[in-house]
Amino acid sequence: MAKVVENAVCTFCGCLCDDITVEVEGNAVSQVRRTCANGRGVFMHYDPAPRQPTVRGEEVTWGEAVEEAATILSEAHSPLIYGLSSTASEAQRKCVALADYLGAVIDTTSSVCHGPTGLAMQAVGEPTCTLGEVRNRADLLVFWGCNPAAAHMRHFNRYSVTARGRLTPNGKRDRTTVVVDVRPTASTRIADQFLQVELGSDFEVLTTLLAFVQGKGDRLTAEEVGGVPMAELEALAEHMMSCRFGVAFMGMGLTHTPGQDLTVSELFKLVAALNDHTRFSVIPMRGHGNVAGADQVMSWQCGYPFAVNFARGYPVYGPGEFTAVDVLARQEADAALILASDPVAHFPRRAADELGKIPVVVLDPMPSLTTEIASVVFPTACYGVEAKGTAYRMDGVPIQLRAVLPTTRPTDEEILDQITEAVR
Amino acid sequence: MMLGILNGRVYDPIHEVDGEVQDVWMDDGKIVPPPATEEARRQARTIDATGLVVMAGGVDVHSHIAGAKVNAGRKFRPEDHRDHVRARTPLTRSGAGYTTPTTAMMGYLYAEMGYTTVMEAATAPLVARHTHEELEDIPILDTGAYITMGNNHFIMESIRRGEREKARDYVAWLLRATKGYAIKIVNPGGVENWKWRGNVKELDDEVIGFEVTPRQILETLAWVNDELGLPHVPHIHGLNLGQGGNARTTVETIRALDGRPCHFCHLQFLSYEGEPDTLPRSGAVQVAQAVNEHRNVTIDVGQVVFGSATTMTSDGPLQYHLHRLTGDKWLNDYVEAETGGGLVPMEYAPRNAANATQWATGLELFLLIDDPWRVFLTTDHPNAGPFFRYPYVIKLLMDRQARAEAFEEISPRVRKRSTLGQLEREYSLYEIAIITRAGTARALGLDNKGHLGVGADADVAVYVDLDDREEMFASPRYVIKDGEIVVQDGKVVREQQGRTLYVEPAYDRGIEKELRDYFRDYYTIQFDNYPVSPDYVPRGEVVACR
Repeated sequence: MAKVVENAVCTFCGCLCDDITVEVEGNAVSQVRRTCANGRGVFMHYDPAPRQPTVRGEEVTWGEAVEEAATILSEAHSPLIYGLSSTASEAQRKCVALADYLGAVIDTTSSVCHGPTGLAMQAVGEPTCTLGEVRNRADLLVFWGCNPAAAHMRHFNRYSVTARGRLTPNGKRDRTTVVVDVRPTASTRIADQFLQVELGSDFEVLTTLLAFVQGKGDRLTAEEVGGVPMAELEALAEHMMSCRFGVAFMGMGLTHTPGQDLTVSELFKLVAALNDHTRFSVIPMRGHGNVAGADQVMSWQCGYPFAVNFARGYPVYGPGEFTAVDVLARQEADAALILASDPVAHFPRRAADELGKIPVVVLDPMPSLTTEIASVVFPTACYGVEAKGTAYRMDGVPIQLRAVLPTTRPTDEEILDQITEAVR
Repeated sequence: MMLGILNGRVYDPIHEVDGEVQDVWMDDGKIVPPPATEEARRQARTIDATGLVVMAGGVDVHSHIAGAKVNAGRKFRPEDHRDHVRARTPLTRSGAGYTTPTTAMMGYLYAEMGYTTVMEAATAPLVARHTHEELEDIPILDTGAYITMGNNHFIMESIRRGEREKARDYVAWLLRATKGYAIKIVNPGGVENWKWRGNVKELDDEVIGFEVTPRQILETLAWVNDELGLPHVPHIHGLNLGQGGNARTTVETIRALDGRPCHFCHLQFLSYEGEPDTLPRSGAVQVAQAVNEHRNVTIDVGQVVFGSATTMTSDGPLQYHLHRLTGDKWLNDYVEAETGGGLVPMEYAPRNAANATQWATGLELFLLIDDPWRVFLTTDHPNAGPFFRYPYVIKLLMDRQARAEAFEEISPRVRKRSTLGQLEREYSLYEIAIITRAGTARALGLDNKGHLGVGADADVAVYVDLDDREEMFASPRYVIKDGEIVVQDGKVVREQQGRTLYVEPAYDRGIEKELRDYFRDYYTIQFDNYPVSPDYVPRGEVVACR
């Protein structure tokens, strides 16, 4: 007889869909309903079999692993703590506290994805809204440099393109969807309008739109910008100014294009300026399930969303300096604690190689390239599958994750508690 | 262990104790009678408070200390933090931030000023879980959260249909679902209209799409508050905040409540004469008169202190206005079906005529409202300045000379037409104890706080009686929380956790079926995932409804 868990929350991406039905037989998930293809794996491919922690590849008891981790961190002069985006905020809170105690550098995966978005927000602000405002009000959507059809697969249906709400009872028919990208994607196919811009021209295109919105269009003399005819850009600017409630969504196509944070700032400035004419918001398409929570927890405990160094005894902010890739590339860390992420797979070669040369402690439910090179590995419980906890959706809405399976492994929170106690 | 504070000059206005030399005893977190035997007295720990001033721990009725808006302020203002840091110690966490300190630093700074209870002033229901996560990370203080309801779709729909009982049951459900403490109303209807590029200017303007008025929202929620018997009264941020001429709508709003108990927050920002979009003049005289005439009303001032601030309110249109006014960066956040809000950095300068007017207006309210039990000290942290400047405000209230000197520093244009220079009133220590703890605790319905009677929470502040009142209140000799010494000589010496205070009003559960459909139709989170579970208030304490 299967046990059925309703309203489970999927942690695959920043959508945090919380309407998942999970059937459990014995200690394993037997069926899931309403997930996308990405989210299905979160539940169906989870192996709940308890695993032992390892020290340099040898299985040890949990206590022995905690001892070893504490020794590594205590002996380090300049430890680096990195990751945080795929764990619950309860564990993130413990992790920042540990960084404070150790005088460590702490950085999150934000620094290699939406870091430029954070810098743009600090430079020019950010007019934003929750996803329910998109559902209920938005009559114009602009997806810029993102491909939700592949990366946030239920976004269109639950929140944006086809969602029906208070002022949008007919869903897709009540709104226009524009996708801006450098090439056709699965998302451009559903768009009412696909604006293909030349690679690396986003800043120029955004500046042009901003000029039109600010009433400076008559000063523009170019015939096209980013490969788009000026008349087409003017028409888009007009459309943006005349809609009822517009929302722009931006992804890493914008953060990882030349200009980075300046390009994102230009979009945020455009959105702010549109509010002289109508109502317009912007929502960054955050990737990992709780990367938005990592920003939040870092901000409330350190004052900064990522790239913090506690070596002076208080938090010092340094994007480009205390971001993990830079710290590793400069060979400044002599030990690392990696929480719920896989930097060896994703960092530039020089930074990833450096992780192979220093003692590394990893807390992660799944094996990864980083657990391969780690000195100590804690195969902890997966939040949202076998442990409850909190995650923040891409729009900042916090949701409590449910445990659909009985908890058989210690959580990140418990292990961080034990490590903290041991280093003290 | 029992603790006695002996021979201090006690200011306990709830028991009409005005500086009399008394002993205060506590045990097991509560104020208790003196030890019954000599043996018990010998075993107790004692503090010789001869010549020192003893009060209950401070109780702040309105401060933005936790949650989505506050944290957005931290996140988007690195320039606020860099030069304002606090190093870790073996006992305490590190921190950063001037107008938006980090969570631990917030708790330490409040405690080091003698405050032990602080209410978070505006939490959007949808993100209440976030507020509670942060409150748990604020050490020492007891806290609670007000829940914004003045632009809530379900409430406005209930009013339109003439179903105020349904609004009542919904409010009760919502307070329980958010583990909230009180009903907060911000610019009723104006935030919803702003999502349409509008606002409300008058009590009888219409809210777009709902055919209700700000007046109806206020009346209904005040009625609901009475019906549910909530410990606090409706906590109101009215119409036209910051605009010249808003003193008139403020007085009209006070009258519209028709004698129902209510609290008006940061009233300084709502007490101007003049015309919208022109330099405001102080309207403190007419607003103070209305407050004096309406015994049902309490207020807090939201006193401007010169220097850096971060404005953050649920009042979306106001924040956009400030962004256009200052040209500084602007953060906005609309929350589905419930509310909105925004943030803009701010710098208050004495020579700026608008800022000087705000500064003078706040002080005039303090000095013109007769009854200290109905006017409370706040800076609407961090909107009018950071909370740790309270000692400076206390000095201005207690010391006419200091006030006159500060008055000389402000814009001459404002000085010329201000009545502040003629107000000679000086607050006494007894009155300071009222506006910082006794009065606020009473307004909040916290029977165990704000006083030193037997049975009260053992939250006590002991100050050195200095002529410089700013210095005196900035650095208490001792602060005791739940019977433990947490601050000595102005520095935290013990880290411990406070409690989260919330209410659990009764309601007809029949409403949940309708709410389930309502969530399906308009929200992006499942009805069953909406309520804040007990996991988020591990040290929660339910404050009883009346």
